[in-house]
Amino acid sequence: MGLTKERKAVLEGLCKQFRRTLLDTLYSVQTGHPGGSLSATEIITTLYFEVMKVDPKNPTWEDRDRFVLAKGHAAPMLYIALAEKGFFPKEELKTLRQLNSRLQGHPCALKTPGVEPSTGPLGLGLSAALGMGLGAKIQGKQFYTYVLLGDGEIQEGIVWEAAMAGAKYGIDNVVAILDKNGVQLDGPVDQIMPLGDVKAKWNSFGWNTLEVNGHKVEEIYDSIQEAHRLKGKPTIIIAHTVKGKGVSFMEGKHAWHGKPISKAEYEAAIQELEGGR
Amino acid sequence: MAGIAGKAMRQVYGETLVELGKSNPNIVVFDADVANSTRTILFGEAYPDRFFDVGIAEMNMAAMAAGISTTGMIPFVNTFACFMVLRCGDPIRSLVAYTKLNVKLAGTYAGLSDSYDGASHHSILDIAFMRALPNMVVICPADAADMKAATEIAVQYKGPVYLRIHRNECPDIPENDNQPFVLGKGKVLRDGKDITLVATGYMVHRAMEAATKLQTKGVSARVVNIHTIKPLDAELLQTCAKETGGIVVAEEHSIHGGLGGAVAEAIGRLYPVPIEFVGVRDTFAESGDYQSLLEKYGLTSQHIVKAAEEVLKKKGARA
Repeated sequence: MGLTKERKAVLEGLCKQFRRTLLDTLYSVQTGHPGGSLSATEIITTLYFEVMKVDPKNPTWEDRDRFVLAKGHAAPMLYIALAEKGFFPKEELKTLRQLNSRLQGHPCALKTPGVEPSTGPLGLGLSAALGMGLGAKIQGKQFYTYVLLGDGEIQEGIVWEAAMAGAKYGIDNVVAILDKNGVQLDGPVDQIMPLGDVKAKWNSFGWNTLEVNGHKVEEIYDSIQEAHRLKGKPTIIIAHTVKGKGVSFMEGKHAWHGKPISKAEYEAAIQELEGGR
Repeated sequence: MAGIAGKAMRQVYGETLVELGKSNPNIVVFDADVANSTRTILFGEAYPDRFFDVGIAEMNMAAMAAGISTTGMIPFVNTFACFMVLRCGDPIRSLVAYTKLNVKLAGTYAGLSDSYDGASHHSILDIAFMRALPNMVVICPADAADMKAATEIAVQYKGPVYLRIHRNECPDIPENDNQPFVLGKGKVLRDGKDITLVATGYMVHRAMEAATKLQTKGVSARVVNIHTIKPLDAELLQTCAKETGGIVVAEEHSIHGGLGGAVAEAIGRLYPVPIEFVGVRDTFAESGDYQSLLEKYGLTSQHIVKAAEEVLKKKGARA
């Protein structure tokens, strides 16, 4: 069963709202990573508002689904989603990256309700997620663990150590999503360190692979449902995305991995987002 | 200590894990293809469903353990001490210590104890790294009885623990074994009034020998086993500094950043007295027989005696 028209519209509305909040937040604090937050908007929104069972009143509920933001620099979009869910007040978003804030530059599980585990140094998240999945299996728990990886991130060797382990132990309660936006800090992924045939690589490591347009909530939703049905192996959803999606002058530009937004840029971006391009 | 006396520390560790695994179903064990060496193979044989040999991929091992700990399990991560620090270092800092996860890190073949494998496999900087991590408890047992107690305490304590494990048989120290092992509390193994020999791990035994040698020279040396390097028993060290007026620190580790550093930091602040350091100087060691290595790289009781004499000289010059 796919998304209903109504739910699709709700999720798309949230994505629009979150992009606007992201621009407001990053412009106001003059620090943080817009590009990778914008490419992950639909994925994070679909997970938190359609798929995952979580309880903002009880963030450490034992049977909750888990989300690991392996590409921890997209923290602002995660915080926006968590605030909307009610894990903490939305007003707190403007304290992002500031002294005494609960909202660290990269996710810290000890500080922010709903964040788990701490991430930032790239590559560790997939292994951590597999550990969580393994823990669920041993204890006969039903929750899923979702982990969002960047495509630059999978240049890290540990990702492939994890890929082998995921297959060996058949950790099929973990669903990985690859935010394949094609751009990393220094430039296009294809120039900095080409990944080759990503789908073939994951398949050969013993994973199920699915491919979606990572900006279509209905495709993301369907692929996650499909991943749930696939047993015996972990699944990775290769989500084709655009870095900086939604703000034309940021799209596909590595310069927007992480840089402060000027007043003129902010106004142009808002106009575009409000216009509902 | 009936049953474990004289056994290699890693063997005691492996057997203790099996024992603990019996009553605690939450204990899980990870190894990176050295289970026969770390002796976690015993746990693997007893509880195959809770044993994960993840191959030669230490970083992934530590990060998976971090993940599983968040589901309520108590993972023990096992590899050689040198790889624990250098290969697992990132997940240990970024996941385990940062989030204060309930993960136990067992670094075996510590110090020079994997002697024949050479400097590539020696571990003489692990204490420096581990004790610089916020939230990390660092334990370096002196003998089999300490090892057993430390493993049990690692399970009881909720949070990250580093266990520094020796490869070989370590002489039992009766004065050590008739005292309870309390996390964060040093043990006074021998009283003395002229100087305090502070040691950890295998060097505790050497310090006891040194105290006997010093006695024949008319020097009354106190011996303290600091099995918990972090949190450090600064109170005990302060008392020793006050009562004996001089300290020698002995450890199977670089003289930079290990127990010596920890003691100097505490004593410099609380009650400054002359200190000397017995450990590996700023150098890589080499392959060879264990005892010969200790001899060549300055880790014998004779080296402790010499260091004690230096301290006594400085103490005398001040008086």
